[in-house]
Amino acid sequence: MPVIETKDLTYTYGEGTPFCKTAVDHVNLSIEKGELIGLIGHTGSGKSTLIQQLNGLLRPTSGKVLLNGRDIWAQPKKIRAVRFQVGMVFQYPEYQLFEETVLKDIAFGPGNMGLSAAEVERRAREAAELVGLSEQLLERSPFELSGGEKRRAAIAGVIAMDPDVLILDEPTAGLDPRGRDVLLSQIMSYHKVRGNTVILVSHSMEDIARIADRVLVMNSGRVEMFDTAEKVFSRDGELEKIGLRVPEITKIMAMLKSRGWPVATALTLEQAVRQLIPLLKKGAHHG
Amino acid sequence: MVRDIALGQYFPGKSIIHRLDPRVKIALTFVYIVFIFIASNFQSLGIMVALVFGILLFSGVPLKLYFKSLKAILFVVIFTSVLNLFYGGGTTLVRLFGFMEITTGGVINAVFITIRIVSLILFSSVLTFTTSPTELTDALERLMKPLKVLHVKVHEIAMMMTIALRFVPTLLEETDKIMSAQKARGADMESGGFMQRVKALIPILIPLFVSSFRRAYDLAMAMECRCYHGGEGRTKMKVLHAAPRDAAALAFTGFLCAAVVFCAVWFPPALS
Repeated sequence: MPVIETKDLTYTYGEGTPFCKTAVDHVNLSIEKGELIGLIGHTGSGKSTLIQQLNGLLRPTSGKVLLNGRDIWAQPKKIRAVRFQVGMVFQYPEYQLFEETVLKDIAFGPGNMGLSAAEVERRAREAAELVGLSEQLLERSPFELSGGEKRRAAIAGVIAMDPDVLILDEPTAGLDPRGRDVLLSQIMSYHKVRGNTVILVSHSMEDIARIADRVLVMNSGRVEMFDTAEKVFSRDGELEKIGLRVPEITKIMAMLKSRGWPVATALTLEQAVRQLIPLLKKGAHHG
Repeated sequence: MVRDIALGQYFPGKSIIHRLDPRVKIALTFVYIVFIFIASNFQSLGIMVALVFGILLFSGVPLKLYFKSLKAILFVVIFTSVLNLFYGGGTTLVRLFGFMEITTGGVINAVFITIRIVSLILFSSVLTFTTSPTELTDALERLMKPLKVLHVKVHEIAMMMTIALRFVPTLLEETDKIMSAQKARGADMESGGFMQRVKALIPILIPLFVSSFRRAYDLAMAMECRCYHGGEGRTKMKVLHAAPRDAAALAFTGFLCAAVVFCAVWFPPALS
């Protein structure tokens, strides 16, 4: 059974006014447990509106969100429980930190779940370890941390709720190249260790190509494509038409192929290198 | 939710009211405030009400927006008019609890005060709906210039107002974002007793404060980088010019004010 499903999900901003705009338009999705989904789309394509409906922060204008087969709005009073199951990390999540210590801040989410104090602390420490925050940082004020550490503390605050689905909106935005690499590999290892579903929104096609099992492409509120990364990124013409692009290396390989080189699609530099080195050694050339 | 605050929002347009000199609009607003209190009977008040409704129609701003700004002060209007019911002479209409009396004078008082407050709000809404915040502070700076003699930092005050107004929508948006983020972590803002609700605000207010300070530092830095050093010797890119229509607006208002004074004197006062 899919962990998250949407049925004709539609969201209209300012309904009934002349300014109304349909941000998400009859979206039907089905995401299996344990998948790592990459979500891409041009600015204003409805990505943020879509993900905010998945954890009940926005209530759909029409249509349904099913979590483990159940409509999340069946009992509106219990919507908080849904938010614990579908963890959401917003863009620049470090701006939500507020507690005296990092540990207390990470514990805010699980603390709201009504768990015992010991369990809350255990979860908070475990989450901190997952994102690589050292013990001595946990007693410091969150405002003393570096930018990258704050970001990781904020992400830990959501992971600590142990959600079935973790949604991250542009988690690497504004980090330096090393920070992004570290964070991405932490997300991958979290995904591996917990075996939970992860939905990653990103503008970096390279990041998406590197880690996503399947890629969901949104365009003006609709699902344009939803397929494996390889298949999605082989449709570079269509992607460019809706303001997106494919990873640089994928493009280079496609160009080589169109010039007659015997190469297949590559999503990462490693994949490309593996294909190109033998070719170069053989000196194979179409002449 | 937080965005529904209509009071004090600019609604861009090209109506005659929009194009009036902001200084004239501010001055006329003050004149209106003074004359709505000079109007002491229904005849003179009628002129003031007719004036404000005429301007509403000319402003080209959807009437719905005006109702929204009235809704924001509905409580104040009801409170003051109910209070006024019990003050005033004349014959007693209803007696409550033995000592509170609603009198004919009280009813007239209540009607009067309601009309006065509503007209005031409508008139000042016209000002804020049809004048952009920059125009508004520009005009205020110009109008307050004489105070410089008294060493009032006119330019600095105007600049602070501009910045404050500029950041209202930004901070509202920020508040929305932080609220969503904390809700996503299970923050519960809709239930619980008073103390619990106040406590629930902490996770929102602290990040909001922190980011406001950060914004203030960034803005100060950005302004300094562009050589901002206060009002001394600073010129304007858009200098305000009064046009014939401004003179016409002043003359027309002057005429109406004279009519209000005439009515207030000629007809018997409605208030006791």
